[in-house]
Amino acid sequence: MLEMKDIAKSFPGVKAVDDVSFVLKSGEVHTLLGENGAGKTTLMNILFGIYRQDSGEILIDGKHVKISSPHNAIAHGIGMVQQHFTLVPSFTVAENTVLGLRELGVFPRTGRVERRIRELGDTYGLKVDPDARAWTLSVGEKQRVEILKILYTGAKILILDEPTAVLVPHETRALFDALRKMKEADTSVVFISHKLDEVMQISDRITVLRKGLAVDTVDKKATTKAALAKMMVGRDLLVDVPRTDVETGSKILEVKNLRVNDDRGLTAVNDISFTVRAGEVLGIAGVEGNGQRELAECIYGMRKPLNGKVFIDGQDITRTPVRKRVQLGLSFIPQDRKGMAISPNLSVEENLFAKNYATQSVPSHPLLSNRTGVSTASRKLVRDFSIVTPSEKTRAKYLSGGNIQKVVLARELSSSPKAVIAAQPTRGLDVGAMEFVYKTLLEQKKKGAAVLLLAGDLDELFRLADRVAVIYGGKLVGYASPDSSNREKIGLMMSGASGAGDEA
Amino acid sequence: MPVLSILFALFVMGIFLTVFFMEPGRGIRFALSRTLEAYGEMLSWPFGNLYGFYETLNKMIPLAFVGLGLCIAYRMRIWNIGGEGQLYMGAFAATWGALFLFNDLQSPLLMACLVISMGAVFGAIWGLIPAVMKAFAKTDEIVVTLMLNYVAIFWVDYLVYGRWRDPAGFGFPLTAEYPAAARLPRIFDGNVQIGLVFVVVLAVFLEYVYRRTSWGQKSALIGDNIQAAIYAGVNIKLFTILALLASGAIAGAGGAVQMMGAQHRLQPGFSPGYGYTAIIIAWLGKLNPIGVVVVAILFGGLLVGNEQLQMFYRVPIALVYVFQGLVLFSLLGGEAISRYRIRFHKRGDE
Repeated sequence: MLEMKDIAKSFPGVKAVDDVSFVLKSGEVHTLLGENGAGKTTLMNILFGIYRQDSGEILIDGKHVKISSPHNAIAHGIGMVQQHFTLVPSFTVAENTVLGLRELGVFPRTGRVERRIRELGDTYGLKVDPDARAWTLSVGEKQRVEILKILYTGAKILILDEPTAVLVPHETRALFDALRKMKEADTSVVFISHKLDEVMQISDRITVLRKGLAVDTVDKKATTKAALAKMMVGRDLLVDVPRTDVETGSKILEVKNLRVNDDRGLTAVNDISFTVRAGEVLGIAGVEGNGQRELAECIYGMRKPLNGKVFIDGQDITRTPVRKRVQLGLSFIPQDRKGMAISPNLSVEENLFAKNYATQSVPSHPLLSNRTGVSTASRKLVRDFSIVTPSEKTRAKYLSGGNIQKVVLARELSSSPKAVIAAQPTRGLDVGAMEFVYKTLLEQKKKGAAVLLLAGDLDELFRLADRVAVIYGGKLVGYASPDSSNREKIGLMMSGASGAGDEA
Repeated sequence: MPVLSILFALFVMGIFLTVFFMEPGRGIRFALSRTLEAYGEMLSWPFGNLYGFYETLNKMIPLAFVGLGLCIAYRMRIWNIGGEGQLYMGAFAATWGALFLFNDLQSPLLMACLVISMGAVFGAIWGLIPAVMKAFAKTDEIVVTLMLNYVAIFWVDYLVYGRWRDPAGFGFPLTAEYPAAARLPRIFDGNVQIGLVFVVVLAVFLEYVYRRTSWGQKSALIGDNIQAAIYAGVNIKLFTILALLASGAIAGAGGAVQMMGAQHRLQPGFSPGYGYTAIIIAWLGKLNPIGVVVVAILFGGLLVGNEQLQMFYRVPIALVYVFQGLVLFSLLGGEAISRYRIRFHKRGDE
């Protein structure tokens, strides 16, 4: 029913999508699989009218269409759920649903809308309260609202951009059930993902993209995970990084009864205590938004705690400014990579040495910077961390997500830190970059650093962590050993089911 | 792009001027040729004639001073709109020093140091007020600096119309002239005030600060991504305060230099909006010190050229302001448009 023919789209310096053709049949779940930067999202943004293709054409039911805006796409029966939700927090679900639709009118009458939302919710198993204000919803519920918004418009094509990235396992299952029901109702779904397990569960057909090119379109039944992985990265995957056991040493990072507020002044971290020893990785599992950000920022010194203490190497640093903490050997890989970890318009080199004034890893006088020293050192870091960049003077924003993260890793880990806080360090990264992150974090562990890993992806935690604690609603709800047999248990604890964990 | 913008402004202004030059009984050709002639004069005097160029340089000095000061703040995304007020406070403090505090001093060097420092200190105070309010109470610096402009301007008005009015000034709102020791020497056979040297030295110094010092790197970090700066451990409050302090001090010093080097007395409205024009200059110079000086020369020339229009072509001051407005408007508009890509579609091609 939908055909995209020879679509190409370039951004300055990159061919994001290069003559890709894509056919969507009615009533199928068609996965776009690929590493980050492969062009999946760009291709779908073209279909949804956010970008306009440089060349190529789009046909719906055999007719040529030009899609000039998301509004226009909706008129053609195409809807898309972006990775970042677009709900107005103070509006109700019903109001959000009709937002931007003509029928809203001057005086919105939401009674009819609410009935329709309930109907749709019942039909597809996407239950939400149409009267609830959007800010009160959980992430999973918000996503349901985004999907309902699209179904409400009567769309026959639904695009989901990495929908499971923010979900816990049982929410993912619920989403997949809903998708199956939509299929039965002849709705087509484009599912963007790079998680092979899920792709194999839900798809009918799979198109693999790599570096803007369509590698192949295959039937799910006719393929395997390994084959897909190979198509995706163009080489065999390193399936398992061997976990090295390191003799743990003294207590390096210690947090006692920490209580922290979020930006709105609500309690985000509620009485958390833990210790990380030298050579140990403590994983904190949790769905995003359960206090991880505030916890990490507080330990690093960007957020003042209301209560509690933070120690590094036995020294109380609760009131120490960031600069001092950096000098004491604390490193932080923030989850908000582009918003916090780097300055997009500064060069790779400037980003690599943004903390040099404190660490003096290349000695440099404040009144006369050591230019040659810094550029020699940055060339070495670019090489050591295999950062792909035209030059170390390139602006950081032109790098891909994986390479930006490598810049962050290079800065944070090259100074031989005593303790490392890694918040969602692989989020949004492709498999190759992920491997790199795992490898470097494990190297830190070998060197005797205490690593605090905050993550939502259980595979990642199982692979890296020596112990896993679960955070929910700002509290540590329990510990579990990083073992695949604990997957369901940890998942339940992450979703707030009480009494699921061992107290430790 | 800037060239196109200026051409656009000249074109639109040409329409105004042609209308202005139209006389009954004479054709439009006459008006057009007068317009072209006026444009020729407007460009050739400030840039094509040595004495005209000296005037351009003199006009450029206060513009460049304030512009350089503003750069310091703008590079950190602190929106100091208070250049005008800081300039006035500098001029006020300089006059206070030259006429009342140190008027017995005989040494021109000592006098210059003291008076310029006074100007810098008072300009800095005018920057410190919004800085402290921003750093500790999160007030908006745009509003505070803008309002402080009026305080400074009216404060100077109060003084020159009242307490400081020169008894020998025939009732004009002027202070007495500065003593000889409080006048700065002039260069180029006395045609240009020495402030030019200060501006160039200052620009080179700031260029060095931005390129080679830790201050420059941190301010770039703050300006590009304040979250990243906090994350890198930069003390934002301290930098906010220092930036506005330095910004105000430079504008204040500019006011003092303008008094000592050119005007030699305080009078109301001594600045035809230098502090506001400097905002545009700072941006057009891409917040780059050397760039600011270059753009300031162009704007100085514009001011001089406009005076020519007024003097020799009897163009009313209102039209001169229209022209300045057009130039700013088209330069800013050009900047904005150049960020978009314009594409044409065939009809029905949607």
